[in-house]
Amino acid sequence: MTIPTKKKMAPAASKLYADDVSLLMVLIDTNPFFWNSINTSLSFSKFISNVLAFLNSILLLNQLNQVVVIATGYNSCDYIFDSSALQNHNQKGESLLQKLEEFVDKDESLCRDDSVDGPGFSLLSGSLSMALCYIQKVFRSGPLHPRPRILCLHGSPDGPGQYVAIMNAIFSAQRSMVPIDSCIIGAQHSAFLQQASYITSGIYLKPQLLDGLFQYLTTVFATDLHSRSFLQLPKPVGVDFRAACFCHKNTIDMGYICSVCLSIFCKHHKKCSTCGSVFGQAQTQDSSTPDRKRKTSVDN
Amino acid sequence: MLRKETNGEERRLNRDEEDEEEEENDRGHDAWERTYADERSWEALQEDESGLLRPIDNKTLYHAQYRRRLRTATAVRIQKGLIRYLYIVIDLSRAATETDYKPNRMVVVARQVEAFIREFFDQNPLSQIGLLTLKDGVAHCLTELGGSPESHIKALMGKLVCSGDASLQNGLDLVHSLLNQIPSYGHREVLMLYSALSTCDPGDIMETIQKCKSSKIRCSVIGLSAELYICKYLCQETGGSYSVSLDEPHLKELVLEHAPPPPAIAEFAISNLIKMGFPQRAAEGVISICSCHKEAKVGGGYTCPRCKARVCELPTECCICGLTLVSSPHLARSYHHLFPITPFDDVAVSSDPHKVPKNCFGCQQSLLAPGNLPGPSVACPKCKQHFCLDCDIYIHESLHNCPGCESFIHSKSQ
Ligand SMILES: [Zn+2]
Ligand SMILES: [Zn+2]
Ligand SMILES: [Zn+2]
Ligand SMILES: [Zn+2]
Ligand SMILES: [Zn+2]
Repeated sequence: MTIPTKKKMAPAASKLYADDVSLLMVLIDTNPFFWNSINTSLSFSKFISNVLAFLNSILLLNQLNQVVVIATGYNSCDYIFDSSALQNHNQKGESLLQKLEEFVDKDESLCRDDSVDGPGFSLLSGSLSMALCYIQKVFRSGPLHPRPRILCLHGSPDGPGQYVAIMNAIFSAQRSMVPIDSCIIGAQHSAFLQQASYITSGIYLKPQLLDGLFQYLTTVFATDLHSRSFLQLPKPVGVDFRAACFCHKNTIDMGYICSVCLSIFCKHHKKCSTCGSVFGQAQTQDSSTPDRKRKTSVDN
Repeated sequence: MLRKETNGEERRLNRDEEDEEEEENDRGHDAWERTYADERSWEALQEDESGLLRPIDNKTLYHAQYRRRLRTATAVRIQKGLIRYLYIVIDLSRAATETDYKPNRMVVVARQVEAFIREFFDQNPLSQIGLLTLKDGVAHCLTELGGSPESHIKALMGKLVCSGDASLQNGLDLVHSLLNQIPSYGHREVLMLYSALSTCDPGDIMETIQKCKSSKIRCSVIGLSAELYICKYLCQETGGSYSVSLDEPHLKELVLEHAPPPPAIAEFAISNLIKMGFPQRAAEGVISICSCHKEAKVGGGYTCPRCKARVCELPTECCICGLTLVSSPHLARSYHHLFPITPFDDVAVSSDPHKVPKNCFGCQQSLLAPGNLPGPSVACPKCKQHFCLDCDIYIHESLHNCPGCESFIHSKSQ
């Protein structure tokens, strides 16, 4: 199979970009603590071979399709594969695996404290931000470009400290109409990715049987954005919209909001720790607005 | 007609000259001439050292503009008033039918207001907008304060008819009576888009302005024709801003300046802790009875965490227990105001080429200029990663995360 290298393609050739040409940004969770902790049938090497087969099938679906892989590690994130930068297309697999190995080694060497209890968090906020920067570059390249989407293959639990950064990335993706798809390979649902997929109209899926990962990937995540509208894809099983309080990073479903900066607190404070405003008495403002609000919601 | 433009300052001058010219042979423009006159294509050209014409180097210009914006934005890092109650007052008097804006002022204003409403709710979650119109000497309330952009835009687009005179006083009186009901922690604001060159008032407008001032209503006016003393006075007294637009792009810029939250002036609103609930979204395909419309609905819907009632839309207030219900992403939209990322530093082009990485950390774009020389780049002062100029703008204006800092959190914190 010979694929013309897109980098050197003449402007005339770019007319070939139809609405079913995809740019797929794949974010792979390589957090070693997560992969050591799971005791399902899915090992890291088996996971990678599933993903490789999936990436190959994406590239075969349309000769103009492009795949970029970013590794989401415990200490760092990095690009490990870009199908448009590759000269020899017979060595896709080798180049990816080699870069992945280098990355995992480097990531582990950065790990300075080995007192990590539990699976730890991977740096999803970093790899999401990088993927969005890459997508902006593609948008800048001209009016004709493949339609981008992001696929997160994620297993580590959500890192509460990344909440603000991940939300920022989600809103930026939403503004540029880039869907974030999530495929959860861990045991727990991810509230961050549930919100990411819901807000950006992507697909959120937690496969029942990880043995059939390749099947899930090809049937659910391989279709281009244009064809998606014709398919019956998995519907969200509810979205966890609870927030994390700024004071203890607890997840709460009811709390207090600072009216100046909108920081969230789990209990009443005298002073806002984010912006320094001093609050008056715990006001019962609940009663002052409902009449007016209800009136306005009727004419919507 | 061949004329060159080098910068925006001359644009105004140019416009005046052109107006004179147009008066001479106003109806004399042929269709082909008009397209040039409208597009002002000569403004995209500049003269180089040897006297040749070439397109303006937009990229460096744009980047310089952005750096200026960034610097002013970080200089004024004061608390922002994030819960805003804003009335947009649109002048639909006869003056709005003038065609100095194409196709006419009314259509252009409506278009910009639509863009503004969307941007406003993007930047000010929990804030509310209401729409008023001025025509036939009276003020009409088009929509009451509300948080749904679509309903405002629909109402506005359905009511685009101009007639009669505009009355500044009637508009302010109506806004005053409406804004007096809002809770004390909210910021009261008026944004007026004023086409007319006169106001037709029933009483003493100075009294009305003082009334607005004492109610702490911040009034801003954008004029479409020429500066009016009474508008300027109103803005000065109430702490708002007054500007007059030159053309449509300028109008857009002026209108969008009002989208980010204004620096809160401590006395303008009382800070408070508001109790709120964060409902969860139910699974698609579940049938339940919603408490707001009192009917059975399939799928969607949110459950009040206090009384478990089902509501259809957020943000709202629970009809059963009165708890303010918001979705947490709604709040998170404004957190980048609280935790802004530091501006990146320019990297000196002369610095050691071996130290400068070859590719942008964000998008992998090559940082080398033609000829394998180091090109322009910027570096994050915290994580020391290098970025291209395009990523610099994207990161600060839209993403609000540094990809470098986000990728090395564990190692950095030690
Ligand atoms: Zn707390
Ligand atoms: Zn605060
Ligand atoms: Zn309730
Ligand atoms: Zn870049
Ligand atoms: Zn950084």
